[in-house]
Amino acid sequence: MATAHSRSAARLMISPAVLLLLGWMAIPLSMTIYFSFQRYNLLMPGTNEFIGFLNYRFFLTDPAFFAALINTLVLVGGVLVITIVGGVLLALLLDQPMWGQGIVRILVIAPFFVMPTVSALVWKNMFMNPVNGLFANIAKGLGLQPFDFLGQAPLASIILIVAWQWLPFATLILLTALQSLDSEQLEAAEMDGASPVRRFFHIMLPHLARAITVVVLIQTIFLLSVFAEILVTTNGGPGYATTNITYLVYAQSLLQFDVGGGSAGGVVAVILANIVAIFLMRMIGKNLDV
Amino acid sequence: MGHISLRQITKSFGDVDVIRPLDLEIRDGEFIVFVGPSGCGKSTLLRLIAGLEDVSSGTIEIDGRDATEVPPAKRGLAMVFQSYALYPHMSVRKNIAFPLKMAGLDKAEIERRVTDAARVLNLSDYLDRRPGQLSGGQRQRVAIGRAIVREPAAFLFDEPLSNLDAALRVNMRLEISELHNSLETTMIYVTHDQIEAMTMADRIVVLQAGRIEQVGTPLELYAQPRNLFVAGFIGSPKMNFIEGAEAKKHDAHTLGIRPEHMALSTTDGAWKGKVSVSEHLGSDTFLHVQTEGLGTLTARADGEFPVRHGDTVWLTPQTDKLHRFDAEGLALR
Repeated sequence: MATAHSRSAARLMISPAVLLLLGWMAIPLSMTIYFSFQRYNLLMPGTNEFIGFLNYRFFLTDPAFFAALINTLVLVGGVLVITIVGGVLLALLLDQPMWGQGIVRILVIAPFFVMPTVSALVWKNMFMNPVNGLFANIAKGLGLQPFDFLGQAPLASIILIVAWQWLPFATLILLTALQSLDSEQLEAAEMDGASPVRRFFHIMLPHLARAITVVVLIQTIFLLSVFAEILVTTNGGPGYATTNITYLVYAQSLLQFDVGGGSAGGVVAVILANIVAIFLMRMIGKNLDV
Repeated sequence: MGHISLRQITKSFGDVDVIRPLDLEIRDGEFIVFVGPSGCGKSTLLRLIAGLEDVSSGTIEIDGRDATEVPPAKRGLAMVFQSYALYPHMSVRKNIAFPLKMAGLDKAEIERRVTDAARVLNLSDYLDRRPGQLSGGQRQRVAIGRAIVREPAAFLFDEPLSNLDAALRVNMRLEISELHNSLETTMIYVTHDQIEAMTMADRIVVLQAGRIEQVGTPLELYAQPRNLFVAGFIGSPKMNFIEGAEAKKHDAHTLGIRPEHMALSTTDGAWKGKVSVSEHLGSDTFLHVQTEGLGTLTARADGEFPVRHGDTVWLTPQTDKLHRFDAEGLALR
């Protein structure tokens, strides 16, 4: 019973968890904000001092920043398009009754369990390597010039690797959504004279809208902070071709030892992520309403 | 037009024969009801006619054309599903317009037909709502609206009233009957509820285990059931069946007598028994009577019949209303 007494007891009992969570989030964030206003370079100990918005000015006027911003958006957008379109198609395929359905479904989900570093290295060394890679061998077998994926099309290659990791997630969510579609609706549409393609666009796709929204929102959160795949394959290069905001922050603070500048970059990244989130919720958040 | 003939139709799922070889003529403009217990194949039969399932053998003719291999949309039939199968993301207007849009009609014609259908079905005020915002009865009407705008050769109803509450069911029953009277289109209606079958049908098809037990008008089935199954299935409360010596007296293996065809008395009669349960409805009284040697019989009296649990009553069957069945369960005439 929710008496006044039991309510205050409940508050008391959840307070440690709330405080812990709050501290977990608030302390790093406030320290980042604090450092972002300091001159704080690991190579020059003892010279820390308050320098106002100078770190922000340097970070935002750095030509690498705009390259990284564009790369981040292209990476997120590219992966989203591939995983949603591919996920819907795969879900449609897996929804068909077939022999060995259970095994096939587990195999499809498997890439999601591989660590990002491992899968990126496997792609880099076993598939995309222009000398020893599988793709190079196939190209040579066909008498073509092997293509240096990470050298010639670095961002597209990273998008391919990340999309491969996230495709199972999208497929899984979309498959369960597809299975929850009432088969009588499809039969009714069939009786109403809708062709399979029109059934897909008029009945299935609207039914999937909510699941697609969930996939877009969750994936965006994780894709904004893609890091390991870039670190082990291209190191952000060639030039800034595959540097995203996350990688730029890493480069600033741990390769150039400028903790202050890196912190400013981190704060900028948080603000950008929030802007993206607001745009997303405006655009597709209404799908989540009943 | 809506003349449908089924010739030697069968349907099996794997080893299970759902529909045994079956012939049926459905006349143009007829309201025909498939009735039977669950699992008897009545819904499957409807889906075969609709084309949602393929027949294992046999032919289906619609208006004299062989439609066995024709896809569902091209058969000119419209179906109302048990779950209504409305499209939840579309407004009522778009739901009703969907088959017309798929058929590629022009906008003005679609608008005209949707408005007409909405007026007939009292949906004019709800055209811009989503199905989720409608009550069960309104959803049912939208589903019917989506069927009638296509002006089909025949309507197929798959247990359309089973999701409605009792009062609404009676209402929709009337509305569907009225709709049939005004459209004069063939309607095929599947139900497990014999009251729906009796009240709405021109002809009833009683199915059991994929076989047609009897086809006839409601009163034919009531008065001359062909076998024990039809006798027991049609009529409420169920017909009483008596076996043994009493049946032998009438040269039958089983004797059937409907509850409403027995006279009740507290003083004398043919069969003596004790009332075990009495149901007083005001308009009728139903008595479950524990008889001596004949088992429990159900009897119905008009109006109020003042007896309680434990009272002794006498039942006298009307001899001209007795049904006699042989050992195979077939009616003896």
